[in-house]
Amino acid sequence: MKNFIKTAFTYLDARFLLSDIAQFAKKKKVPEHKHSFWYYFGGICLFLFIIQVITGILLLLYYSPSIDSAYESIHTIMGKVKFGWLIRSVHSWTANILVGAIFIHMFSSFFMKAYRPPRELTWISGFFLLLIFLAFGFSGYLLPWNELAFFATRVGTDIAGTLPVIGKSIEAFILGGPEISGATLPRFFWFHVAILPLFTVIIMGAHIILVQTLGMSKPISLPEKEIKEVPFFPNFILKDSLGWMIILALIGVLCVFFPWEIGQKADPFAATPLGIKPEWYFTFMFTTLKIMPSHVLFAEGEILAILGFMVGGLLWMLIPFLDRNAAKEKKSPVISLIGFIILLYIIIMTALTYLHPRL
Amino acid sequence: MNRRKFIDIFLGFSLTGTVVSFLYPVIRYVLPSKRLEASVKKVTAARVGELAPNSYKIFKFGTTPGILINTTDGELRAFSAVCTHLTCNVLYESDTETILCPCHNGRFDLSGKVISGPPPSPLEAFKVEIAGEEIMVSRE
Repeated sequence: MKNFIKTAFTYLDARFLLSDIAQFAKKKKVPEHKHSFWYYFGGICLFLFIIQVITGILLLLYYSPSIDSAYESIHTIMGKVKFGWLIRSVHSWTANILVGAIFIHMFSSFFMKAYRPPRELTWISGFFLLLIFLAFGFSGYLLPWNELAFFATRVGTDIAGTLPVIGKSIEAFILGGPEISGATLPRFFWFHVAILPLFTVIIMGAHIILVQTLGMSKPISLPEKEIKEVPFFPNFILKDSLGWMIILALIGVLCVFFPWEIGQKADPFAATPLGIKPEWYFTFMFTTLKIMPSHVLFAEGEILAILGFMVGGLLWMLIPFLDRNAAKEKKSPVISLIGFIILLYIIIMTALTYLHPRL
Repeated sequence: MNRRKFIDIFLGFSLTGTVVSFLYPVIRYVLPSKRLEASVKKVTAARVGELAPNSYKIFKFGTTPGILINTTDGELRAFSAVCTHLTCNVLYESDTETILCPCHNGRFDLSGKVISGPPPSPLEAFKVEIAGEEIMVSRE
């Protein structure tokens, strides 16, 4: 048996250069210091994405993307298919935890100034991955065709429609027509299972290659002598897998005690149900839109808020080029303070959505 | 122009033409086709006596919803049920006798005007008339 494995390895090594990869993994070092806990969230995001791919593929077996049968197919998955409730709950819970992990990964990279040269593209590719996963959440939310998802999608796509000049065309492209109709669901399904995964593979590939080639960034705030280096394999990878196991256990507990609900079937001609809100990661924008006055000077409040979020997002993406001090390996407390205010705003607005639903 | 340059330009145009001829059908396929739908002018919203005073009903007005309200005085009023803020469907709140959009708490009075919240403009009002046993609603 040993001989067989050795022969097989030699055969594959000659073709795939496996020894070189093993050599690279052996040599690869990872910085270790008092903030290195935050490094593990990148790996956690990757692990959660793999869970999403596996459970998503399994759900495809029974889900039907048509307005006449989507809701019923979810009922079948939850009630009739063996362990269907588990697969769907894992998919839904993981989607929410994944977005949370991406936010943690992004803000920890931000505060450690991991975006400074030469890692600007790592930051930008990460930003695009955040947008892609928000789009995954948004498109996946409508697929069960329940009333909560229906109206949340209507609000979300209308936000795109309010953009000047190109808004209506974008909205029509997303919806497959001027409003949510039978053409919308297959289109959302197409985004969710084909287009977004395609972009994910390309951008995540670039993101991982950048992390591997450039290595992990060390925080500016720590002096060099406080930073040790540990081997990536096995030290870092073993701690990484421990994090994965903890997350997996958490998902298991959530699915067993709080299986994902189905809700009421969507009726485009019913009044919007009270207490409607989108998924938690959109609620800070949702509550901002709620508290904006109808007009601010000469502009409509909603358009102003939406443009504000877009400009804010753009500046956030360009932060590696705006933070001049970090680029020179100097501390940049003003940028950190801005980041802290943004984080506080997101937390307060998200909390308000749940604590004061009738705000 | 020498022969080499001519061939370069010729091949460049051919390549561009090929790419465009491949892309055009794909783009047209992905963009939604325009639906030719006759716009609805008048619909039957309810039957006479169907609505008790201080209650409402959502009805289909073409492809969008409308709201028919029977006020406490027994007066029938109809509006587009699509909120002018971010297009959620509105409902009638009988205890406050106002129209509410539950998405962002926009509130309208019984003439469709904005009382509070983020909606930038009033609800579109429809004309209500009774024809025999039916309550007919039309665009004013």
